[in-house]
Amino acid sequence: MRLSKEDIESVAYLSRLELAEEEKEKLTGHINRLLDNFQMLQEIDTQDVEPTSHVIPVFNVFREDVARPSLPADEVISNGPQVDEHCFVVPKVVET
Amino acid sequence: MVEYEPVIGMEVHVELQTQSKMFCGCKVEFGGEPNTRCCPVCLGLPGSLPVVNKRAIELMTKTALALNCSIASQSIFHRKNYYYPDLPKNYQISQYDNPLGSNGYVEISAGGRHKKIAIRRVHMEEDAGKLLHQEGNKSHVDYNRSGVPLMEIVTMNPPPPGLDQIESAEEAREYLQRLRQILLYLGVSDVKMEEGSMRCEPNISIKPKGQVEFGTKTEIKNLNSFRAVYMGVEYELKRQEKVLRAGGRVVQETRRWDDSRSVTASMRSKEVEQEYRYFPEPDLVPMIFNDEWIDELHSTIPELPLEKINRFIESYSLPQADAEVLADTPELADFYDNCAKCSKDPKAVANWVTGEFLRLINATGTPVDATKLTPEHICSLLDLIDKGTINRNIAKTVFEEMFNSGKLPADIVKEKSLEQVTDTGAIEAAVDKVIAAHSAEVDRFRAGEEKLIGFFVGQVMRESKGKANPGVVNKLLKSKLAG
Ligand SMILES: [Zn+2]
Repeated sequence: MRLSKEDIESVAYLSRLELAEEEKEKLTGHINRLLDNFQMLQEIDTQDVEPTSHVIPVFNVFREDVARPSLPADEVISNGPQVDEHCFVVPKVVET
Repeated sequence: MVEYEPVIGMEVHVELQTQSKMFCGCKVEFGGEPNTRCCPVCLGLPGSLPVVNKRAIELMTKTALALNCSIASQSIFHRKNYYYPDLPKNYQISQYDNPLGSNGYVEISAGGRHKKIAIRRVHMEEDAGKLLHQEGNKSHVDYNRSGVPLMEIVTMNPPPPGLDQIESAEEAREYLQRLRQILLYLGVSDVKMEEGSMRCEPNISIKPKGQVEFGTKTEIKNLNSFRAVYMGVEYELKRQEKVLRAGGRVVQETRRWDDSRSVTASMRSKEVEQEYRYFPEPDLVPMIFNDEWIDELHSTIPELPLEKINRFIESYSLPQADAEVLADTPELADFYDNCAKCSKDPKAVANWVTGEFLRLINATGTPVDATKLTPEHICSLLDLIDKGTINRNIAKTVFEEMFNSGKLPADIVKEKSLEQVTDTGAIEAAVDKVIAAHSAEVDRFRAGEEKLIGFFVGQVMRESKGKANPGVVNKLLKSKLAG
């Protein structure tokens, strides 16, 4: 599989990254070389291996439904670049 | 002219009534000061790790079972990736191709037609925060809701053999009402549409009758009541038909229901097709459910609304309509059930509960489970009527009094001396007095104006302060007026 410049533009959009033209060219090359490396995995014989989403044999890790103290509201917003009335302030976005 | 038929899908989100959030210990509550129930996990701070709330999984599994779903023997969480300010991690922990529950149904009977509405899946996810839009170009973000356990229930179109799909606005509304009722009975959510703990997003398309292929669908948002769901779906079906009849085509989009104008309006169309890049959540391990655990949860499912309605009809000989009213909420159903069990006349109990009791509950805004009335109140009131101690009209007064004060009916009757007067002599005196005082009306009655009997009965009852036996009053009046 080779990624085109359009693929890079679409991935950049999904990640909200703004890329200059020459960055797009450069990253297209980078990503394709990365993918080539991953191609090596395809050579492994996985005939008898169960598909898996988790590699450690651990299941059913739960917590009891008990409420615990949250962070103080001042601390919650302390990393916000812009805050007001204990809320984070963001540009208005039209819902898509 | 081409006839069109609708295809209606329902996507319902329900917040589960747990103490703490889905993946962290922050408290679950409605309202409150913004950002007071947040921690590193539900704020998506780097290095924090989610841990699954066991109770949420139990409540969801119970729901899936009550909706006749199969429970997956193994289930995992996925990340659904998208950027929106109400989502602090830039992904929502959700489920994808391996939901906890699948292939169930909800029974409805809109317009007298019994249907089993097919459910495709029931899955677990976390709620997002809330955006509070401000004047100008800014929004405030409150993450109190971020991470609240959220259950998604989706119908299946087309349905598998033996099951049905929703085909009208009326059915959409009933599906939602039935679903809400089941969730109330299960006690898994407070299902308040106006507070957003139950949210419904129908998707709607129409196609020429008989055509297999579906038309282009639109999705409706902002439906905050059953009425809005009905009107929104109805509006959208008509709008699409108008578009197609005019030779146009329906655009795939999300439309917002405007309650004040009773229309749906296009929200900005998606410029780019959403691409959620689901992948297994690496921070959470798979869940395995054994039969023993599922059976145990199954045994905690109470009698559900439809079973309750049918039992009321069969055991207490109630008409369907009364049984439906009484089974509306689990609290009301239990109240009636307990009263009916202590009475010889469950039908009379049903009349008082659906009548006076509900009237007073609504008028005073009292929750049913906070009423001062007990089965003893209701049953001894019925006994007093049965024995002729009080008449039906006085019984209403007594009912209201015992509803307000919690006193037993016999005490109220004694205290206010409300015993029915059956003594013919006393009633006769009252009848004579009324006849003597209204000679003009007596003449008109004797001249053939028979409907005046109501007037005379009213006067005599007033004379006896409502306590006279109405049967005796009628009999005496008729014989004396015939005079
Ligand atoms: Zn938290």
